[in-house]
Amino acid sequence: MDRYLLIESLDPFESNDVERYQTLGASLARAGHQVTLFLVQNGVLAARPGARSGPLTALAERRVEVLADEFSLRERGIAASRLAPGVTPASLDVVIDRLADGWKTLWH
Amino acid sequence: MAARKILTFAIMDAPYESARSTTALRLIDLALRRGCDVNVFAYEGAVAVPFAKQQPHPNAVHGRSVEEEDHPNPKDWVGALMAEAKKRGLTFNWVQCGLCVDERGATEWIEGPRRGSPADFWKFVEASDNTLVIPTK
Repeated sequence: MDRYLLIESLDPFESNDVERYQTLGASLARAGHQVTLFLVQNGVLAARPGARSGPLTALAERRVEVLADEFSLRERGIAASRLAPGVTPASLDVVIDRLADGWKTLWH
Repeated sequence: MAARKILTFAIMDAPYESARSTTALRLIDLALRRGCDVNVFAYEGAVAVPFAKQQPHPNAVHGRSVEEEDHPNPKDWVGALMAEAKKRGLTFNWVQCGLCVDERGATEWIEGPRRGSPADFWKFVEASDNTLVIPTK
């Protein structure tokens, strides 16, 4: 089993690639790998409960850990207490910790 | 005592254009604060991040002086990272892609970064515990 950290920086309302990246995460999890999707910058816009948050909740139900950068949330006025089900606020330190721990890390 | 981790970052965005530049610098800062040795390979527009002639400016629209505006310059952030690494006794390599520098005429940068090539990036990757490539959109 490999460990994957997928970093999503893009706005889901701006790029359909976001959906494909989420599909990659789901596929890796289905194949038995440990997967974290880390939302940063405009990627956190998907974490608001709404039209684009459903896939994140579905990912979490498929054992993909979904985290949202606390700083990016604050910059955009998104309350960490009002995120879509399955999305957890997190510090950017998570990225450094997992890089140092050897997780395969991709930026999108 | 566990060996220090070595992390490499490849960045490509020019300063003042994308949140990716800020996030990259945040990541590098965190890596240093967590005791990692850090390599940065600046490619394409990112060679302008430590460009020495960046200047703060006033904001005439809001009627603020240079001091009041306190405009941040990425070259200062890179300098601060260099100082942080030195204070902590960490290795911090910043290599500027030479061809990218020549194309842009961005030949003057602050003390610390050095000129190199993609071969340096390969060497960094080979010697690192992990690598994060932050591409342009």
